[in-house]
Parts: sequence; structure tokens; C-alpha cells
Amino acid sequence: MTDAGVSLTEKARGPRPKPPWARPGGTGRGPGEIRHLGLVGALVLLGIVGVVTEPDNFLTSGNLVGILALAATIGVITVGATFVIIGGGIDLSVGAVMALASVWATTLATQSYGPVVMAVCAILVGTGAGLVSGLLIAYGRLVPFIATLAMLVAARGLAQRLSDRKTQLVRPENDAIEALSTTKVLGLPLVVYIFAAVAVAGWLLLNRTTFGRRTFAVGGNPEAARLAGINVRRHTLTLYALSGLCCGIAAIIIMARTTTGSSTHGDLYELDAIAAVIIGGTLLTGGRGTLAGSILGVLVFTLITNLFILNGLQTSDQLIAKGVIIVIAVLLQRRGLRSPT
Amino acid sequence: MGPAKSRPDGTGTDPEPLLRMRGIAKRFPGVRALDGVDLDVRPGEVHCLLGQNGAGKSTLIKVLAGAHQPDEGEILLDGAPVRLTGPTAAMRAGIATIYQELDLVDGLSVADNIYLGHERARYGFTRRAAAERGARELLGRLGHGEIAPRGEVGRLPAAGKQVVSMARALSHRARLIVMDEPSAALAHDEVTNLFRIIRELTADGVAVVYISHRLEEIREIGDRVTVLKDGRAVAGGLPARSTPTGRVVELMTGRDVEDVFPARPAPAGDAPEVLRVEDLTLAGAFEDVSFSVRAGEIVGLAGLVGAGRSEILETVYGARRATRGRVLLDGRPVRPGDTGAAVRRGMGMAPEERKSQALLLNETVGGNVTVAGLNRYSSFGWLNRRREVADVRRQIEALDIRPPDPRRPVVTLSGGNQQKVVLARWLLGADLPPGGEPPGGGPDGPDGPAAPAHGLRLLILDEPTRGVDVGARAELYAVIRELAGRGIAVLLVSSEVPEVLGLADRVLVVREGKVVHSGAARELDEPAVLNMIMEGSAL
Repeated sequence: MTDAGVSLTEKARGPRPKPPWARPGGTGRGPGEIRHLGLVGALVLLGIVGVVTEPDNFLTSGNLVGILALAATIGVITVGATFVIIGGGIDLSVGAVMALASVWATTLATQSYGPVVMAVCAILVGTGAGLVSGLLIAYGRLVPFIATLAMLVAARGLAQRLSDRKTQLVRPENDAIEALSTTKVLGLPLVVYIFAAVAVAGWLLLNRTTFGRRTFAVGGNPEAARLAGINVRRHTLTLYALSGLCCGIAAIIIMARTTTGSSTHGDLYELDAIAAVIIGGTLLTGGRGTLAGSILGVLVFTLITNLFILNGLQTSDQLIAKGVIIVIAVLLQRRGLRSPT
Repeated sequence: MGPAKSRPDGTGTDPEPLLRMRGIAKRFPGVRALDGVDLDVRPGEVHCLLGQNGAGKSTLIKVLAGAHQPDEGEILLDGAPVRLTGPTAAMRAGIATIYQELDLVDGLSVADNIYLGHERARYGFTRRAAAERGARELLGRLGHGEIAPRGEVGRLPAAGKQVVSMARALSHRARLIVMDEPSAALAHDEVTNLFRIIRELTADGVAVVYISHRLEEIREIGDRVTVLKDGRAVAGGLPARSTPTGRVVELMTGRDVEDVFPARPAPAGDAPEVLRVEDLTLAGAFEDVSFSVRAGEIVGLAGLVGAGRSEILETVYGARRATRGRVLLDGRPVRPGDTGAAVRRGMGMAPEERKSQALLLNETVGGNVTVAGLNRYSSFGWLNRRREVADVRRQIEALDIRPPDPRRPVVTLSGGNQQKVVLARWLLGADLPPGGEPPGGGPDGPDGPAAPAHGLRLLILDEPTRGVDVGARAELYAVIRELAGRGIAVLLVSSEVPEVLGLADRVLVVREGKVVHSGAARELDEPAVLNMIMEGSAL
């Protein structure tokens, strides 16, 4: 073993052929982009179905913009949920936290301070609820499922109490909130831009920062992450706070779209968000996933809802279709994962 | 297609082989893992498989276990061709495999694990009493009657889990048992027991395919040896006892390995103290441990598994919080129980369990290398990925990680290469020429004298060569010494006494949580150390 003692860089075993995937640039996380082709295909397919079944209504700009506006609320929540799930957790409380934030922001007291304070209030309430869940999970060592289930129930209850089970209207002097969904820039309402901004920021955070990389590490192998010097608990706490923040933003969007705050907002959003994340290719066990996939998942679901409404079909059929789509998407991904790698 | 010279000494004829593999080939994308391997195993023999990491041993035994389907070739059992379509088919054919990473379910009881997949049951109801009786009998036969069949497997030590795995193999009435590095997790006396069990099995006509990197073991227990290299059997059926070591190593590596531990100048006596441990105590694990490591010094801890070696390392690193005592790095105390603080102060650790403690199995090689040093490539949390990848490539080159591809999923690498990935994590930037360093080596990198390897001050290695073959071991040894030569303090634990003696400048012998001896490595030899290690247990 004389060579190795002298030089560590010695390549004693002759030339090595460069495999075709060994191109420079990016440590990458595998053939991620290819995986999304299926979802893009599904979107295209649903679009064709829309054009064929409702040629007069589907391709109108009003309908397409409506789809995006509809997707904005759940989309923003899904961005947060993607982080939590990649980080090895789950957040069942998203819908309830959004409802709580919308109610808190529309109480008479909050409304008296004007629209900016309302928005800040929604964000603070959302983030605060996320912090509480995160503390329980990271430092109280509760299982995420349990902690966020408790938050789901408690946040709904608190929202009901604050609103006295009544739908609270955004008052006319605060119509700046509603303007977020009525004001259009380049034909798109502002809420769509909020969604886009959150999605882009989330993508950058996940793929271009140390925080994102550590999220994958914490979700993939928390023990290894800890031994690599990552503060796993603090990171976990941050992930739930991030999810709560997204719920707060989503509350602003739903207030803008409905001009109300209500304890019934966002019912079962947690399931829609998790479903979108899963069909987007994120592992429910953590450590692997993409934000682009989650966004595509949201769009697929929203498009289905839209098609069913346009065609005047039952919501029950819509739910069945969504269930089928989840199963098909996951089955396709598993096949897709197996062949290229 | 087939290798030119298989079976050099006509082993095919004399006793009818129990297992015969012919021209087994298996390809994975980009890799030809097996390229026409032949293997004959006779009943009642211990047939050793040798080969470097990536030579194809793991793939070959996975073919035997039914976990992989070969692309080409045939498998004959008792002369009749069989198709091992899955693990169940293999077990039904009488082939049981004990994997290196034990495949036990931690949450189940010992008995449940032994009969997992072929539960003692009637009309779908498990027969717990029968299972426990059977388990007790099997464990007794293995000389470990003290393991309770109802106990939870997760609470057993590594050696105990090994025994449970073995009992599971026996419960299948296996005619052929494949053991992938069974001794890797075992301490000295447990290996003796393992060998006793193997001898009993072979006396009953059971054949054993035995994989180990320890040549001494192969001499002791093996009958014949097949050497794999680059997916081919370069020699089949060599006599295990009489083939010279040099010849075996030459076959494995294609080169001579003369001296694995070349002489190294001792670190200068006035080298500054990097690590000082004072009266460190972790209740129930170790007590009042004090020692120091100087810059450029390699200190080895020798002791039995369970003597507290790993716990000492983990406490120094902050992965466990000490009950009492202090850890000082460069003269300043390190915040206890905080691995983040340890890393920022310049500690790095390669833990004992690679898969569960070190690797991010979903990640690429690159992602695994940089996970602990991301601050190096970021400003305000923003990653500079080009610089990151450049550094990863440099590490891959420096440590000869194969295949040399930062984007490859780390799970596809062999054990030795995975270990190199873990080492590379702490060596980021270490091979840069002086002066060419990127700015900002670390947030509070010490501006002490000659900060080497970007502030890496102390490297902690727990069983650095577990599951690593002879050739790659030598490379790892060279890397460790090279690092010490650059002034990094190294603290290491190994179950292999020669490794500790060969690598370390100073040796601490740990027994039952106490340091019982501390002295220069060159004043010790293997029997002396073994004596000190075992003394307590012999009482």
C-alpha cells in the first residue's frame, strides 16, 4: 500500500468512464424534473377534458383566472405543508389555523385598526399557532400527528368562540382586503400574485438555502442530522412556524375572496394539502420531495373541482375522482422512480 | 463472456456440491455488479467470500437470498436448477441469509422476530407459547439461553441481535446459511462463540457462506475461499488455511499490500493540546474519564463492546449530555450536549452506525458530504451550489470515492465508499492548497495557530473501518494519518486491537466504564491489550 501513503489523490486503478449523468453543476436530488411530467400530463389531459365538455365556458379568461384564484388559498397552505412533510412531520391543523386567523382578523376590535393590522393579525395568529404546535413537537416531544390534531380541534373551538359561531363580514371601510381579489394586474387578481410569490419564495428556500437543505436532512435522518451538528429541534420548530405563517397568508386570501372571517373556513383543507403534497411526489415519511410537484398537485385538484362545477356534477363524484387521482398518481410515481434510477 | 480461468484446481468433482452458481451476471444502471461469477459450496463447509468493497459480494449474496434476480447464469441446489424468485423462495429452498445490517424488527419480541414470516400459528391465530418454546430452544442451541424470547429486540445489544438473526436462520432449517460480516458488530469473546456455533452447524452438514474482512477469522473458521474482484470470481475454492495472505490480498486488490501501518513520526512533544477531557461522567455508562489529545496526535480507545467506548466519544462530541465533568477544546469549554456547538468549535464525528447515525439515505453523495458544512457555501443562508459541488468533487477525488459522482444516491455505494463519504463530510476543503481557501471557514472558526482543514480541530472516529474491506481500509488508514500529520487531533474507537495499536500514538484501555490504562501504543502489543480488556470479564 505504498501509493496511498504518498498521495491521496492518486488514481491507481486506471481511467474511469464518466457516467452520462455525472455532469457538473448541482448536487441535485436526482431526476426530479422528469417526475413532474406525469402531473403536467394530467393537467393537460384535464384541460382537454374541459375544452371538450364545456367548449364555451372552460377556456374563457374569467374561468382560468377563477381557477388560479381558487387555487391560491390551498396553494399557499400546501407550500407550508410541503416543508413540514419533507422535514419528517405532518400538520393537520392548517385549515383550522387559517379559520382562526380569519376570525381573529375580522373581529370588530381588529377591524377598527384597518386592513393592514388585519393582515398582520392573520399572519401573527397563524405563525403563533404554528409555533405552539412546533414547541409541543420539538421540545414537548409530542408526535406531530397528535400535536397538530389537538391544534386542529382547539383552533376551531377558539375560532367558534371568538366569532360566536357567526360569519364575520369584512367591514366596508376595510375594503382594501377585498381589493386583493378584485384588483387585477395584467388580468390576474392580486391574490394570484400572492400565491405565486409564496410559491417562488418557498421554492428558493427549499432548494437554494441551507435551511432547505437541512429540512431534507432533518426529515431523512434526524439522528444523522443531529450528529452533523444541526439543531434538529429548533429546525422542527421553525418548520411548523413556517406552516402557520402560510396559514396566516392563506387567511388573508380567503378573507379577500369571501369578504368574511369564519370558523368554518378551510374545512378539510389539511387533507387537500396533504393530498396535493403526496401526489406531487413528496415522501410522507420525509426526506424527499419537491415544491413544484406540490404546486402542480394543487392545480390538478383545483382543475378537477372546476370541471365538475362547470359540468354541473355532484361534489360527491368530485371527491371520488380526487381519491382515484391520489391513488393513480402515487402508483405512477412509484413506477417512475423505479425505472430511471 | 465467462471468465477465462474459473475453478483453477478442479473442485467441481469430489463431493457433490450443495450449491452451484454458474456464470451469474447482474447489471444495475451504470454498474456491472456481477460479471459471470461461479461459486461451489459443499455441504458442511465454511466457504469464505472475499473481495473489496464493490467487488460484488453483497450483490452475490442478495442473488442467493432471492432479493436480486440475476440477468444471466444458473443456480443449482443438489444438482437441480432452482429459481430464487424472492426471499420466501430462497428460504423454502433452505437458504437463509444473515445480513450485515441486521434485518430485525426492533419493536417485536425476540420470538416474533425469529418466526417472522413463518409464524407458529393455527387457523390464523399465533401460537405464542409454541413460538416462545421454539425460540428458547434455538437460542439455547446457540449458547444464548439468557436471551428472553419475550424481550423486545430493540433493547438487545448488537451481539444479541446477531444471535436472534442466527436463530431465525436456524428456524428455517436452512441447509445453507449466508453470513455477511457476522463478526463486524461483535467483540472478541462473542466471535469465539460465533465460531463455536458455526462449527456445530457445519458438523450437522449445514454449509455456511461466510463473508468477512478479517483474514485471521477466515483462517480460523474457513475451509475454502472464493475471491471476487470487479464482479468476477478471480479465484475459486482456494484452501482457506494454507493460501498465503499475500496471495489473497494480491488477488483482491491486484497489488501488494505490505505494510498497512507505515511508520509515522510521533507528534511533536510540544504540540498544543487540542482536546482536554476532565472527569467526564455519564451515569450508567462511564465514570471519571480524563485524558487529552494534542494536535496531530491519534488517541485510540480499546475495549469491549459495551465498555463505554462509544459513549465516551458521543459525550465528548455533545451527542450525549455528561452527568459531570468538562470537555475543553483549545482550552475553552465546549457547551455540553450540543452537537452544533461541537461542530462550530471544530469537532467532527464519524459515528458507529453508518446508516442510522451518519448517512442521509435519501440524499446524493454530494448532499451527504456537505450537510454539516453548509455554512461554508452560504451567505445569509443562501447556497452557492457551484462552490459546493466543486468542493464535493475535490473530496471525491481526494478520497477516491467510487463511483466518482456527486449526484449519485448514497445508498448505491458500497460500505467502504459510504464511510469515505462520512469522512469527507468533515474534511471539506481540507485538501485545498494553503492560501487558496474560500473566505469564511466557519462562523466562529478559531483564529488560533494554523487552523488546518478549515477549522477541523478534532476528528472523532467510531469504528471507522467497520464493513470496509482490506484495500479500502489501508486507504482509510492513510487518510487518517495524513490528517493527523496536518495537525488535526484524532480520537478513535475500534474493536480491532491491531487497528488501534497500528493507528494510534497513544492508547487508552477502557473496561466497564473506566480508563484502566493509558500509554504509548508502541509499548503495547495485542496480547497485552487483550489481557487488560478482558481482565474484568474473566473474574
